[in-house]
Amino acid sequence: MLEFTLRRLAATIPVLLGILLISFVVLYLIPGDPAQTVAGPRADAATLARIAEEMGLDQPLHQRFFSYLHRIFKGDLGSSAVSGKPVLDSVIEKLPFTLKLAALAMSFSIVLGILAGIISAITQGRWLDRVCTVFSVAGISIPVFLSGLVFLYVFAVRLKWFPSSGFDADNSLMPFILPAFTLGIRSAAFLARIVRSSMIEVLNQDFIRTARAKGLSPARILFRHGLVNALIPVITVIGLDLSSYLNGSVIVETIFDLPGIGRFAMDAILQRDYPVIQGIVMLGALVFILVNLLVDLLYAWINPKIRDEMLGKLAR
Amino acid sequence: MKKLLRNLTFAGWLSFIGIVLVLLVAIFAPLLVANDPMETDPLRRLSREEGFPLGCDQLGQCVYSRLIYGARLSLIIGFSARLSSLLIGLAIGLAAGYAGGWLDWFLMRVVDMFLAFPSLLLAIAVSMVMGSGIKTVIFALAIVGWAEMARIIRSAALELRSAEYVLAARTLGASHLRIVLTHILPNCLPLITVIFTMGMATAVLSEASLSFLGLGVDPSLPTWGGMVASAKDYMLRRPELVVYPGLCIAFLVIVFNIFGDELRDILDPSRKGNW
Repeated sequence: MLEFTLRRLAATIPVLLGILLISFVVLYLIPGDPAQTVAGPRADAATLARIAEEMGLDQPLHQRFFSYLHRIFKGDLGSSAVSGKPVLDSVIEKLPFTLKLAALAMSFSIVLGILAGIISAITQGRWLDRVCTVFSVAGISIPVFLSGLVFLYVFAVRLKWFPSSGFDADNSLMPFILPAFTLGIRSAAFLARIVRSSMIEVLNQDFIRTARAKGLSPARILFRHGLVNALIPVITVIGLDLSSYLNGSVIVETIFDLPGIGRFAMDAILQRDYPVIQGIVMLGALVFILVNLLVDLLYAWINPKIRDEMLGKLAR
Repeated sequence: MKKLLRNLTFAGWLSFIGIVLVLLVAIFAPLLVANDPMETDPLRRLSREEGFPLGCDQLGQCVYSRLIYGARLSLIIGFSARLSSLLIGLAIGLAAGYAGGWLDWFLMRVVDMFLAFPSLLLAIAVSMVMGSGIKTVIFALAIVGWAEMARIIRSAALELRSAEYVLAARTLGASHLRIVLTHILPNCLPLITVIFTMGMATAVLSEASLSFLGLGVDPSLPTWGGMVASAKDYMLRRPELVVYPGLCIAFLVIVFNIFGDELRDILDPSRKGNW
């Protein structure tokens, strides 16, 4: 396990540095002079030069990259070009909304996805399995903005079960349910496929036949022996979901008018606020890498067989 | 090809017909439209006039004609984006898988980096830096899509590298380039067909999302995602204007997903059942 952890870390650190490098290059490629942005359109040449010097823009590129790294490690992701507010502060302020949305979406996804996957696996090839498959293909293919708008129209505008837009001050979950459902059914559709195939694989193994031969009840075999083993691959899905929720939150928070990270990113895009977008994209990538690192370590810890397999891949 | 047609299931045939149908619509778009898709008229705003099969949008443009032309843009952008990611993915994947060693390690770390970025946000960032336009959208989707292709092709190349016929060719003195082009690449073709088709679904969906957010091609062009975006502000009066283009996107994505799935079961049975 120690060797695996070290090797996994060794593969992660260059990737983290690479992401920082790409972010730095993107920041460098962005049109417009950053000193001009800070100084305002009417600043004279002397002021521009002074600000450029203060910001370190006159230094050679590699030196600027190192001071950029230094800044990042101190937790400074730069400031908004529009409001001047540090990006990290805004992100922390908006994070609770997106986390609530993601947590709720993940609950929907896990409950619906695992349920549909199990039903599909035990009725394999019969009509109930077909129905689940149709729903999962539809769930993956229907764009989030279409399902979001349809839910908004049907459940909020017509039936008035949910508030149609915005988020009310009393800390209720109501405004989050529809957007979370919109995001959740999409990942539930992916999850159902994975649970189905891993469940079928597990149920065809020898130890299940042994359990059956011992005369255990079908329900006990299914849950105690089958499900526990079939659910292991589900852990990896959680890491992938994280990225899809960040992407989806841009669309869903815009449609349902929630003040989370996605909305923040979208507002920054509309205002051409480059430092904010760059900060959010980089943060998203860093979190993705770290979560996947944790997921892999957890995975390897639960299942030593898979650990050896992954170790072989890393060492190659 | 023969094997392919023989093994196609009912759902596979349906999805194949669906793809051909959209393709025909895209090719013969000028013959199928009822009106000029770009012609605006404030008097026809959101109306249901005679001669406009699905009515008019908020600018008085013919919704039906815009849907027809939307098929063209979706397919052109999706296909070009996929092709670009395939070319990058092939170059990187074959180099990494065939060479192995430190080059493989390095290239795969680069792939990891690109896979880590939230794809939609990365595409948005790229299209912002480059300014809007069809080429920008294609480039942005290629930047987002190549890494996964490279990873899949690399693992195929890695396996083929130690195949006996490759070793035989090597012993006979064939150059590395020759081996890659005449032995490894042709054997990757079934796999490439599969990931290309499945990726079309993702590319179409991403293009629609970018257009929906107003970050795709010029908003006056008839894209399905853009049509949903502009119709959503008039959803209380004409909710069906959101549904038509939305269903077009869903239809195209569904047929590519099912057909890709089918192709994979036939051409690459070892990966059956996973997505």
